[in-house]
Amino acid sequence: MTAAPATTASAATTPGGASPIVVRSWKAPIAFAIFTVIAILLFFIVGRPDLDGGNPTTIYRLSEARDAIQLPPLTLGLAETTIVVVILMVAATIGAFLLARAAVRVPLWLTTIFAVLFLVGFLTWAAAGATVPMIGLLAGALTVSTPLIFGSLGGVISERVGVVNIAIEGQLLGGAFMAAMLGTLTGSPYVGLLGAMVAGALVSFVLAAFAIKYFVDQVIVGVVLNVLVLGLTSFLYSTVMVPNAETFNSPEKFERIAIPLLSEIPVLGPILFRQTVIVYLMYLAIFLVWFGLFKTRWGLRLRSVGEHPTAADTVGINVRATRFWNVLLAGAIVGGGGAFFTLAAVGSFGKDMTNGAGFIALAAVIFGRWDPIRATLAALLFGFATNLQSTLSIVGSPVPSEFMLMLPYVVTIVAVAGFVGVSRPPAASGKPYMKA
Amino acid sequence: MSTTTSPATPASAPETPAAPRSNQIMKEILGGSAAISVLAVVLALIAGGILVILTDERVAETSGYFFSRPSDTLGAAWQAVSGAYTALFRGSIFNYETDRGFAIAIRPLLETLTFATPLIAAGLGVALAFRVGLFNIGGRGQMLIAAAAAGYVGAYVPLPPVIHLVVALIVGIIGGALWGGIVGLLKARTGAHEVIVTIMLNYIAFYLVSFLLRTPGALQAPGQNNPKSGPMLESAQYPSLLGPQYNLDIGFILVIVATIYVWYLLNRSAMGFQFRAVGENPHAAQVAGINVKSVYVKVMLIAGALVGLAGVQQVLGNFTGGFAAGLDAGIGFDAITVALLGRSKPWGVFFAGILFGALKAGSFTMQSAEGIPVDIVLVVQSFIVLFIAAPPLVRAIFRLPTPDGSFQWRKPVIARKAEVSK
Repeated sequence: MTAAPATTASAATTPGGASPIVVRSWKAPIAFAIFTVIAILLFFIVGRPDLDGGNPTTIYRLSEARDAIQLPPLTLGLAETTIVVVILMVAATIGAFLLARAAVRVPLWLTTIFAVLFLVGFLTWAAAGATVPMIGLLAGALTVSTPLIFGSLGGVISERVGVVNIAIEGQLLGGAFMAAMLGTLTGSPYVGLLGAMVAGALVSFVLAAFAIKYFVDQVIVGVVLNVLVLGLTSFLYSTVMVPNAETFNSPEKFERIAIPLLSEIPVLGPILFRQTVIVYLMYLAIFLVWFGLFKTRWGLRLRSVGEHPTAADTVGINVRATRFWNVLLAGAIVGGGGAFFTLAAVGSFGKDMTNGAGFIALAAVIFGRWDPIRATLAALLFGFATNLQSTLSIVGSPVPSEFMLMLPYVVTIVAVAGFVGVSRPPAASGKPYMKA
Repeated sequence: MSTTTSPATPASAPETPAAPRSNQIMKEILGGSAAISVLAVVLALIAGGILVILTDERVAETSGYFFSRPSDTLGAAWQAVSGAYTALFRGSIFNYETDRGFAIAIRPLLETLTFATPLIAAGLGVALAFRVGLFNIGGRGQMLIAAAAAGYVGAYVPLPPVIHLVVALIVGIIGGALWGGIVGLLKARTGAHEVIVTIMLNYIAFYLVSFLLRTPGALQAPGQNNPKSGPMLESAQYPSLLGPQYNLDIGFILVIVATIYVWYLLNRSAMGFQFRAVGENPHAAQVAGINVKSVYVKVMLIAGALVGLAGVQQVLGNFTGGFAAGLDAGIGFDAITVALLGRSKPWGVFFAGILFGALKAGSFTMQSAEGIPVDIVLVVQSFIVLFIAAPPLVRAIFRLPTPDGSFQWRKPVIARKAEVSK
């Protein structure tokens, strides 16, 4: 019973920081081994019995017809690719075991290389005998990821300042609704985008008011807000939008803008620089949130409030006001992402159209360990998995689409269970600050 | 025995022996008075009424000349609201407009109980986890897995009558329990936060069941292309309780039994004492020799089983013609609101479930008679929970005094000083 001496409140102030004790973690190598076994099973035991004879190849198309610089398509044979991939995966797994035995943490680059290897092998196996339009696949993945990235950026800010944001889904949905409504009424998608940000901030306002002023549990408020926004938007959709779709629910969409020169870069150009304004705003937002959080006074204050509000208060930071305004800011960012659904993707509002994107964004926040860049990468990964699923279903893949759609959620559980590194949220996240 | 906070996951709980914040919240919600609950419902209904007025077409028309004849607008507003809520009453309690006798007029009340049945079962599952300080947001996933398990037995495994029903019921409940148990196990072994795990498991269950529903030989009805199961065999269906003219079935008796069981478990059994002790303060419970980790696993198994009962209800009672992946019908999330309104007490959940069952049953009459979308129920429900979760707000609105012992918004100066010095 080691808990007994820790009965003094001072223990509460110890943040769960790095401990000097060397811990051998076998989680990463075990995860590597599991994925290697899955790869061997898929590639060699299951194989592609549906494809008869010979060595089927997968063709990766790297250019679109309208590109100025045409790259030749890449052709990978199934047998040699999978063999090379599996050999490298086995090597990486052995390396991970050796590192773990030497009590060294498996570095991020090794995990990344491992993941890319697995993906290449998987894609070659799943799309064998077909052509994969790489540009379409990756550009589509970026499109699918856009609201997720906005959502995860908002989530990162909110959690970093100490307020758990389960309401990302509601903020996205509210933003999508308001964008459609205002975008149609004013005829300008830019006003719609602004309206979406206001809507997201409004949802955040309720979250902040209940969490910061009334000390209501943030998870309860978040869950309820999702239901409330779903109910409100569905109600207004049925009563207001459906009878008068022309006046309320047919916003002008953002046009795709190709940035001169940049959009002509092979492979990357068409993916990154032939997008809508919202996507370009997203690039800006990612940079600003990262820069703001880690390089400015604003970010330092924000993080200190989320990690140790009492200390922040002692040095004269107004904890409650900091939390309030930053949660509002987070809501505005997420709301802007919601506009993507109505102003860039679909072109009109529909009931529950976000369909769980907010929860994937939440997953990205956790998988990205509350860091804007990592969270963005996680959101991109999840968006990629979703888009890969739709691409593969066109190509005709042996993997049921449901399992691809499940991937972000499984990965998140693996992450929170601590199988890939320790995921540690900001220390004071979720705890209301009661000023003495 | 190790401490509650495993070193690998400082995320799970603060390293303070004082009860974590979530446990205090439970206490506040439990400690609130019944008056707050009633007032919260009243406030939510008022808010719903405002929404009805704002979107009513006649109100909008008459407000165009509001300043010349305000009575028109007010009259229209009154008509919209009273129309809505009388329709709610007719659809959920007693249909006084019918002339086909009492047996038909009382049907809405039994419809209310039918809607309430899965809500109560799932609400009990959420409430039980609440009492241990765990947030079970995974109602949807637990229901889906339970329904898939029970549905498979019910539709494709022919067994003698009675035995068939019992086997299907038990298999379903085990399915829900296991899906809930994963959460408890992950929480106990790795400290993974149950909110995140349950949300993710909801989606995993959804895609898993969707996959099974479109796979021939798994759950898909033979010779069909739709992602839908075959109909339940006669021998596996819940028998109806009051004759074929009512939808109420034996499931209602089962949830009464479940409510009594949870009451007994929490208030009369040794395990329930451990549950409540962990809910009050896991660190203190640990010191007192209670195995907190095993409590987390146990409570999530039982909570999953209770939510699973709701899933079984859906397939063997309500959608006997075959089910699709949307069978949970939002009950998994409604259960959270039911548990909060019922203050996580078994009988409180029971009556909260009946209230929300009434809202659901009545909403369909509201839609058909007054053209008000059923989604308003979601709005009213979420308002109820927001108000209940913030007793100070309700007290401020109605200018109620702060009761002793419960949560105080503005603390006396001395108490605040004491808190600082700790």
